[in-house]
Amino acid sequence: MKWKARIIVRLKEGLNDPEGRVIGKALKNLGYKIDELKVPKYFEVVFESDEPEKEVEEMCKRLLANPVIHTYEYEIESLGE
Amino acid sequence: MPKFAVIVFPGTNCDFETVSAIKKAGGKAERVWYKQSLKDFDGVVLPGGFSYADYLRAGAISARAEIMEEVKALAGEGKPVLGICNGFQVLTESGLLSGALRPNKIPRFLCRWVYLKVSDTQTAFTQFYEEGEVIRMPIAHAEGNYYADDLSKVKIAFQYSDEKGSIVEEANPNGSLLNIAGISNEKGNVLGMMPHPERASDKWLGSEDGLKVFKSMVEYAKR
Repeated sequence: MKWKARIIVRLKEGLNDPEGRVIGKALKNLGYKIDELKVPKYFEVVFESDEPEKEVEEMCKRLLANPVIHTYEYEIESLGE
Repeated sequence: MPKFAVIVFPGTNCDFETVSAIKKAGGKAERVWYKQSLKDFDGVVLPGGFSYADYLRAGAISARAEIMEEVKALAGEGKPVLGICNGFQVLTESGLLSGALRPNKIPRFLCRWVYLKVSDTQTAFTQFYEEGEVIRMPIAHAEGNYYADDLSKVKIAFQYSDEKGSIVEEANPNGSLLNIAGISNEKGNVLGMMPHPERASDKWLGSEDGLKVFKSMVEYAKR
């Protein structure tokens, strides 16, 4: 079976996000009332597997996220045979 | 004479300087492409640069290369493994050292000279320094902001300090926890540091304070 995973990797709560801070500041300069802006990473992965959940979990743990500083979430869509 | 492998990944750019610093310190050194083997080497240096263009996270892709399994085996045997700048990032990403190197607190590339306090002389790379000695070296990085939620497995080797060796906030260039510039594993045979000792290995470079990192390593590898 083929699958498409949409994975979001975020910085753990409380860790400061310098890129987000700078982008937030730029939006403020454009006149918006920004309280907080964060820049998570978003991945789209098309892959073949018999155990999609297990493999996406592994992909996150082994490479896409760094467990020291990140949390992650994902959804998996079936693309059929 | 101990022989060191200086591993070259696509995008590594401090390999030649590192080889010559090791030679100056009395060791043998060779550049080793990451697809080659580490057989017959007494130690490994992961030099600075921008391996894989820092894609995903600095050091993340190199840390998963096959050669890193050999580096882990070597480290397990107690041989010295040094990571400089991008090499430090590879060591944390591979799990050889704990913690992570995050983007600098002020998100830009920093290239400047800093003072460091030698906080631990009981490692393979610091044995020739005096405890508390203040040394001068350049940094050149965008992701050097050290973070760990657990420091129990970490020995702090170098800390950003002022000229007198005080660990003060103003001397912290990148937001690192406890001004950390370099750490080692518990055994002291694996060390990662953001500053570039190879760029401070001769007087005409502005400082030779970094040479003792390599001299210590060469001496350690003789045992």
